Amino acid sequence: MAHFDKKAKPFSHQWLNDRLAVDTVKKVLSTEYWIPKNINFLWAMGMILAATFGLLLVSGIFLLMYYKPDTKLAFDSVNYTIMTEVGYGWLWRHIHGVAASVVFLIIYIHMFTGIYYGSYKKGREMIWLSGMLLFVVFSAEAFSGYMLPWGQMSYWAGMVITNLFSLGSLDIQAIVEWIRGDYVPGDAFLTRFFMLHVLLLPLVILALIVFHFATLRIPHVNNQDGEEIDFEESAKLYKEGNKKESKVIPFNPVFLSKDIFVMGIYFVLFFYLVFYHFEFAMDPVNFDPADGLKTPVHIYPEWYFLWSYEILRPFSKDIGLIAFGFAQVAFFLLPFLDKSPVVAPANRRGLFKFWFWIMLVDMIVLTIMGKLPPEGAWNIIGLVAALTFIVLFAVLPFITKFEKKA
Amino acid sequence: MKEFKILAVVAFFTLVTYWGVEPFAHSQMHKHVEGNNFAYDGKADVEESAMAIEAAKNIENPAKKAAVIDKATKKLAEKKAFWADVNAISKIKGNAASGEALFASCMGCHNGSGVNMGGVIPPSLDHAGSLYDKKYLIALLKDPAIASNVDHKYENTMMHPMGTVKTMVTTPQQIADVVEFIKTKKVGKLEPKQAFLEACARCHADRYGNITQLGEMPKFKTEKEALEYKIKVLAEQDAIKAYMGKLPPDLSIISRARSEHFIKTFIENPQSQLPGTSMPRVGLTKEGFEKVYTYLEETGDPSKDARHALGPWVILFFVVFTILAYLWKKSQWKDLH
Repeated sequence: MAHFDKKAKPFSHQWLNDRLAVDTVKKVLSTEYWIPKNINFLWAMGMILAATFGLLLVSGIFLLMYYKPDTKLAFDSVNYTIMTEVGYGWLWRHIHGVAASVVFLIIYIHMFTGIYYGSYKKGREMIWLSGMLLFVVFSAEAFSGYMLPWGQMSYWAGMVITNLFSLGSLDIQAIVEWIRGDYVPGDAFLTRFFMLHVLLLPLVILALIVFHFATLRIPHVNNQDGEEIDFEESAKLYKEGNKKESKVIPFNPVFLSKDIFVMGIYFVLFFYLVFYHFEFAMDPVNFDPADGLKTPVHIYPEWYFLWSYEILRPFSKDIGLIAFGFAQVAFFLLPFLDKSPVVAPANRRGLFKFWFWIMLVDMIVLTIMGKLPPEGAWNIIGLVAALTFIVLFAVLPFITKFEKKA
Repeated sequence: MKEFKILAVVAFFTLVTYWGVEPFAHSQMHKHVEGNNFAYDGKADVEESAMAIEAAKNIENPAKKAAVIDKATKKLAEKKAFWADVNAISKIKGNAASGEALFASCMGCHNGSGVNMGGVIPPSLDHAGSLYDKKYLIALLKDPAIASNVDHKYENTMMHPMGTVKTMVTTPQQIADVVEFIKTKKVGKLEPKQAFLEACARCHADRYGNITQLGEMPKFKTEKEALEYKIKVLAEQDAIKAYMGKLPPDLSIISRARSEHFIKTFIENPQSQLPGTSMPRVGLTKEGFEKVYTYLEETGDPSKDARHALGPWVILFFVVFTILAYLWKKSQWKDLH
């Protein structure tokens, strides 16, 4: 049995240390959790995501107190009760709406940072995979949340997305009805998506965030040059006071001080959007109440789903569905398709350099085409961009295999 | 510095994406309609009729084509003549005193009794001089269906609920007199809510503003009273539905569902944005529109003032936060390099 200091006062440092090993925990998780020194502000995106998720959680809790999951009451509980009668209800709603959109921008920046610096390979595969899982669950969370105001876009997006589960020409309506709990999106549909949005999915997200942090602890965070660092040796140098020679810094307080500074800048921009430019995150069409008899002229998802929507749209029904399915899992495969052992910024990696920038531009083209009405030249550009996306993944193993071992 | 270069790259791609999915995509999704700055001179109506002739040229069946073109050509001539007359009448000097005598006959219907006549409750004209444009009023007295650009709904425009006005105010001088009376005597300072009630509420409810097609909803002492009122509202809505084809939408948050430009051009000429709609042109003046729009914003975006009051403080807080965080970061990183 462990040694307990009987003289320690309850809840004193010694008393807690005997019982919870607070000193060790603090060392392992913060003061001696070593982060490379050679990093830029993109390394703060993880903490910014955590903070934005925090904002979503807190604002969501306030909204949850007044939201009514009922097709007859939902629209007015959001647009009237919360916006007019609840003190600062508008503020919580705008924070929630803007954060839901901005969190995806940061996720994409975070993802492309990982791709650019090769932070998904050589022992860091689990970091990448757990991150991708988070992306998928965040997408489900965003989609289920989008149903809740029960506006025109909620209803029709719900209709279109659940229809995908009939699996194209197989036309299995039973699955679609099982998901909806009805023939069309109705009360059963709304209440189950409400449950998913406020309980099950947030629980999964919380668990995955813990898991994502855990995956980082052993392989450690990558650095700007992809350099392999001897963390133990560098940590020793740092602790001895040779901070200049050491290549690492402790998570707390040194890394955190930079994170919080970047977070400050982010919050200035974020709250500028909340107060003066929130409408970009709240589609006008969703301010018309859901009407199953009136299809909106244009149906499109929120901006962060547009690229995968555009991989679905230019093809015929079944091929489109397969392409869409591929788009959902493609990024999971990255660590296994990239055959080069080199961990370095894309710009120093031969053909991969072009692969990276083409992929980035292609995703943006897909995103823009996904929103434009499917007609004329937009269709052709969309088709080319969708094919480019698939080809890029197909050629990745070949171009990385012949990459010079720099 | 490297960090600024990276920031520039991130900002560039973010802004391109934003531009593509917001301003650019929306410019491609909605056709652009030029407004006429609330001047009612029939320009848009004549253009629409000319376009109808162009469209008819694509009809394949020759007999049908000839018939449609013939009808459209007549329509164009009719509209041209109509608006030319309106312009001519607008130059006649009206006499408010004789106008007042004629106006008495308007009161037969526009009397505030709240009774549905031929589909809608005739609107109150208490502030008609401030709300509605002079040329529009002239056109309306001449022929309500053509003036409000819904003559496609009526083969014979006498069938319009207000069609009988053509038998009551007949000569150009009489029209000029009545309009002179309305424009000089039926004026006054309008609250935004009143403007909405007089110009829109006979068809459109605004439930967040407590307005139904019967006007502002009173307070009820008992549930029975409330239900009785509700039944009256439902009956009125049924009458409007029968007349308009469907119940016109509630406008509580229309200011968030449509852009200001859309609402502006739509009110000025509903056909420009929704061809074939049964919504009539209401002929608001610029001032009348501004009052109505102020009200739509009040119910559609009630937090505007609170937002603008709080916004600067929250942003200031985070600016100070950022400065302090920067100083802390500098102190933490000073002996690392």
